[in-house]
Amino acid sequence: MDELRDYYQDWLENRLKPTVDNFGSRQEEFSTASDIELKALYTPLDTKEIDYLDKLNFPGQQPFTRGVYPTMYRSRFWTMRQYAGFGTARETNKRYRYLLDQGQTGLSVAFDLPTQIGYDSDHDLARGEVGRVGVAIDTLADMETLFDRIPLDKVSTSMTINSPAAVLLAMYVAVAEKQGVARKKLAGTVQNDILKEYIARGTYIFPPEPSLKLVTDIFEFCSQELPRWNSISISGYHIREAGSDAVQELAFTLANGIEYVKSALKIGLKVDDFAPRLSFFFNAQMNFFEEIAKFRAARRLWAEIMRDRFQAQQDKSCMLRFHTQTAGAALTAQQPENNIIRVAYQALAAALGGTQSLHTNSFDEALGLPTEKSVKIALRTQQVLAQETGIADVIDPLGGSYLIESLTEELVARARDYLAEVEELGGMAEAIKAGFVQREIQETAYEMQRDIEEQREIVVGVNKYQEEDREIGDILKVDPELEKSQRRSLEEVRSRRDDQQVTEHIETIRAAAQQEENLMYPILEAVRDYVSVGEICGVLREEFGEYQTHHF
Amino acid sequence: MSADNIKVLIAKPGLDGHDRGAKVIARGLKEAGMEVVYTGLRQTPEQIVKAAVQEDVDVIGLSILSGAHGELFPVIMDKLTESGRNDVLVLAGGTIPDDDHQKLKDIGIREIFKPGTSIGKIVDFIRQEMDE
Amino acid sequence: MIMEISAEGVRSGDERIIARVISQVENQRQQVFPLLKELYRSTELAYLVGITGPPGSGKSTLVEKLVLSWTAEEEKVAVIAIDPSSEFSGGALLGDRIRMGKISTEKNVFIRSMATRGYLGGLNPAIFDTVVVLSAAGYQKVVIETVGVGQNEIDIVRLADTTLVVTVPEAGDEIQTFKAGLMEAGDIFVLNKADQPTASRMGLILKQMLEMNDSENHSSDNSDWEVPIVKTVGTEGEGIEELRRAVMQHRDFLSRSQKERYNRSRVIRNHVVHLMEEFLRNHYIDPLLESPVFQEILAGISARKTDPYTAVEQLLKSFNKEQGKHEN
Repeated sequence: MDELRDYYQDWLENRLKPTVDNFGSRQEEFSTASDIELKALYTPLDTKEIDYLDKLNFPGQQPFTRGVYPTMYRSRFWTMRQYAGFGTARETNKRYRYLLDQGQTGLSVAFDLPTQIGYDSDHDLARGEVGRVGVAIDTLADMETLFDRIPLDKVSTSMTINSPAAVLLAMYVAVAEKQGVARKKLAGTVQNDILKEYIARGTYIFPPEPSLKLVTDIFEFCSQELPRWNSISISGYHIREAGSDAVQELAFTLANGIEYVKSALKIGLKVDDFAPRLSFFFNAQMNFFEEIAKFRAARRLWAEIMRDRFQAQQDKSCMLRFHTQTAGAALTAQQPENNIIRVAYQALAAALGGTQSLHTNSFDEALGLPTEKSVKIALRTQQVLAQETGIADVIDPLGGSYLIESLTEELVARARDYLAEVEELGGMAEAIKAGFVQREIQETAYEMQRDIEEQREIVVGVNKYQEEDREIGDILKVDPELEKSQRRSLEEVRSRRDDQQVTEHIETIRAAAQQEENLMYPILEAVRDYVSVGEICGVLREEFGEYQTHHF
Repeated sequence: MSADNIKVLIAKPGLDGHDRGAKVIARGLKEAGMEVVYTGLRQTPEQIVKAAVQEDVDVIGLSILSGAHGELFPVIMDKLTESGRNDVLVLAGGTIPDDDHQKLKDIGIREIFKPGTSIGKIVDFIRQEMDE
Repeated sequence: MIMEISAEGVRSGDERIIARVISQVENQRQQVFPLLKELYRSTELAYLVGITGPPGSGKSTLVEKLVLSWTAEEEKVAVIAIDPSSEFSGGALLGDRIRMGKISTEKNVFIRSMATRGYLGGLNPAIFDTVVVLSAAGYQKVVIETVGVGQNEIDIVRLADTTLVVTVPEAGDEIQTFKAGLMEAGDIFVLNKADQPTASRMGLILKQMLEMNDSENHSSDNSDWEVPIVKTVGTEGEGIEELRRAVMQHRDFLSRSQKERYNRSRVIRNHVVHLMEEFLRNHYIDPLLESPVFQEILAGISARKTDPYTAVEQLLKSFNKEQGKHEN
C-alpha cells in the first residue's frame, strides 16, 4: 500500500496536474448531489480500511450490504410494480388487468386524496378531488370492484395508504374472505408510514401519538394474521421528493424506522415477531453512483441498527428489503420526452442497488396523469433493462468498485451523524414536532432551486438546451361526471345498510380507541358491513383530534 | 409601487400535501423583498379568499398538484369577485395540463407557471404586472 | 376596487375597507393621517393582549383557543401576527396564519399579518396605528402576537395592556437567557405543553426567576400584581379557562389600580415619540442623505475641513430654517 501511495502521489502531481493545467477542468470542484466531494480518481487506497466480512460480506449475509438474498436477480428479476389508480374502482380494475396482461408482476394501488385523508366522496372537502390522483374507495363495495377477477392469492398488492391504512387493509382482508382466499396467502404491503406524512407528504389526519398506535396495531395484526404481508413501507421516497438530498433521505427514513420499532416494543411486541415484515421504499434520483451507494448504505445501517440497538436475533429482522420509485421531482414539464431517458438511468441505479421492486415513472407525469401509452413505455423501460442489458446476471456487480465502496462508507457516516442529532432531540416524533426535520429538508430544497437558477446544476431542457414551449395535449382526463356517480353509488350502499348496525360498529370502534385496544379487529368487523372510510375515520377524528401543522 | 411593498398570499387549495414548490416560491419571493403570507395545506376557497381580503394582498399564488384546479379555481375566482377583490393578481402553479391553461386564463388567472419555472421569472412577472 | 376609504367605512366593519386602511397605514402613511386623526378622537382603544415566546412554544394554538373563548361570548377579536422582516431583502415570511387554524374563518375574527420592517428604534409605528383602526372597526380585543424573545418583541408586546409570555418545558435552561425586559414585561407567564414530564421542574425554575425579578424591581409596573404562572396544554385546550380568567383578573387589577391609565399613557407617550422620529426621518434626514450637500459635508469631514460635531450643529440650524418654511 505504501508503494501504491507513492505511485498515486506521483500520478497526481506529475501526470494529472500538468494535464489539468493544460486543458482545464469543467468545474473547480466536483461533488455528489449531497455535496460529498469527489476526487478525480478512486484507488485501493480509498477502500483499504473496509473490512470485507464486517462491512460487506456475502449477499444474504449480515450486514447485507451486497444484497438481502443469496441469489438476487439470478433467481428472478425485481418485481415490476407500477403505481396506478384513477377514477372509479371499475376503471382502475380495468387498468390493473391490462398491466397484468402486459407482464407486470405486482399491483400498486393509488388512492384518491379524500380516501387518503379519510373523507368519503360526498364530503365537502372532497370537492373536485374524487378519483383524481387515485381510485376513490368509500366502502367495501368499491374494494370488491377494484379486485374483481383478480385472484388475491396470485398477485402481490401494495397499497399507498397511511392514516387510514387500518381501514383499507381490513377491506383487502374482507375482499379476500369473499374470494375464499386464506389470509396466510395474502402477499403485499400497506404503506402505513405516518411519520413521513408529517415531514413530507401531507396526508395526515390524527396527531402523532394515536397515529403511531394505529401503526403498531397493524404490526400486531400482520404478525398474527398475515405472515406474507409487509406491515409498513418506511418511505424515504417522499422525503426526497420534498427536496432532501440522498443523505437526508437515508437518515430520516432509518430514523423513522427506529421510531416505529420503539413504538412496537412499547406496546409489548417482540422485535423478531414484527421486524421481518418491515419494508422500505426509496427514491432513485439522477446522481447515479451516489444513489447506488445509498441503497447499499441503507442495508448496512439497518442491519447494524436492528442487531446492535434492538438485539434482533433473526437475520430476517435485520434485512432491509425495499421498493424503489424513480424520482417524480426529476421529471420536467419542458421537453417531456427527455424524461424517458432520465427514468431509464434511475431504474438502472435502482437495479444496481439491489431493489426488490421498482416503479418507473411515466414521462408525462409533470403535466398530469399518465396515459396508457406512457405507462407502457415506463414498464417497457424496466423490461428492456432486465431482459436485454445483462446487468441482472451478477449479484451486486458494482461491489468492490473503489468509488462505490467509499461512497457507501461516506453515506453511512453522514447518515449516522444525522441519526445522532435526531436521538438528541428525543427521537423522530419529537424532532418532527419541533420542526427540525422539515426545516433541514426545506433548506436543502431551496438551495437546490438556487443551484439550478444559477446554473450550478444543469437540467437539460430547463436551464440549458431550452426550446420554445410547445403544448402537450395528450393527457389522461378524469371524467368530471365521475364524482357524481361515485357519490350516487355511495348513497346506494348507504341506503342498503342497516343503520342500527352501522351505529353499533362505530361505537365499538370508539370504545376500542378509548381503551387503546387494537383497532384492526373492530374495523375489520365494521368494513364487512360496509361502514365507510369516512365514517370510521370520522369517529377516530372525534376521539384522537386532528393534527395541525405549525411549521413553516 | 415598489417591490418592497408587494404583498403576496401563497395558498394551497385542494387536498394534496406537496408543498415543496409553494414553500420554495414563498422563500424566493421573500428574498426578492416581498411580504409573503403562507396559508398551509388543504385550504378551502373560502379560507383563501378570506385571507386575501384581510391581508389585503396584491398577489395570490395558487399551488395545486391534485388535479382539482378545474373545480376549485373557478370557485376561488367567483368568491374573489363577490368580495370585491377581483383586482388582485392571481397566478397558479403545480401540475396543470396545458389543455387547461386557456380555460383558467379565461376566468381571470393571469398566468400559469409550469414546474421548472425559475423564481426569477416569477419575480419579474409580478414586478412587471405591479408596475402597470 | 371602488371602496369608500372613510371613517364611516371603517366603523361599518367592512373587512375590505379595514384591510385596505391597514395597508395604507403600512405603506402610505402620510395619506392616512387625516383618517387616523378622525378615528382616534372618536374611538375607545380596544383591550390589547400581547403574547410572545420562543418559536415552537405553541403561542398560536393558545391564541386560537383564547380567541375562540372570547368569540363564544360574542366578542369581536382581531389578531395582529408579527414576523420579522429580512434585513437583507426587506421581505418577510408571514407564517402565522397557518398556525391559527380554526379562527381564520371565524366570522368575528380579523387576522392580519405584519412585518416588523426594520424600523430604527425597533417598533414599527404602523402597529399601534393598526390598533387604532381595528378599535374603530369595533374589535373589542386585539391580540398582538410576536415570535421570539428579543428586544424588538419586547417593545411590541409592551404596547399591550396584558402581556403573556409563553414558555415550554423543553426550553429548559434557555429561559435563563430570557432578557430581563421580558421578565418585567410579562403580566402572566404561560407554561405550555405542561403535560410533559419536565414541566414541574420548569415551573419551579420559572417561579424562582419571577421571585428574583420581583425582589429586584420594587418599582416596576407590576409591583402590586402577583404574576401568575398558568399551566396549559394548548393542543388539548387544557388550562385555557384558567388563562382566560388570569387575563380577566389582570384587566380588573389594571382598572382598580389606575395602572391601566398609567400603561396607556406610557404607550401613547412612546407612540408620539415614534411619530416624531418618523416625521424627522421622512422630512429631514432621509432627503438629506440623498442630497449633494450631505456628500459635500461628508467629504469635508473626511478631509478634516470640518468635523462631525460642527456639521451636525449646522445641519440642525438649517432644519430649523426649513421648519419655519413648513409653518408658513
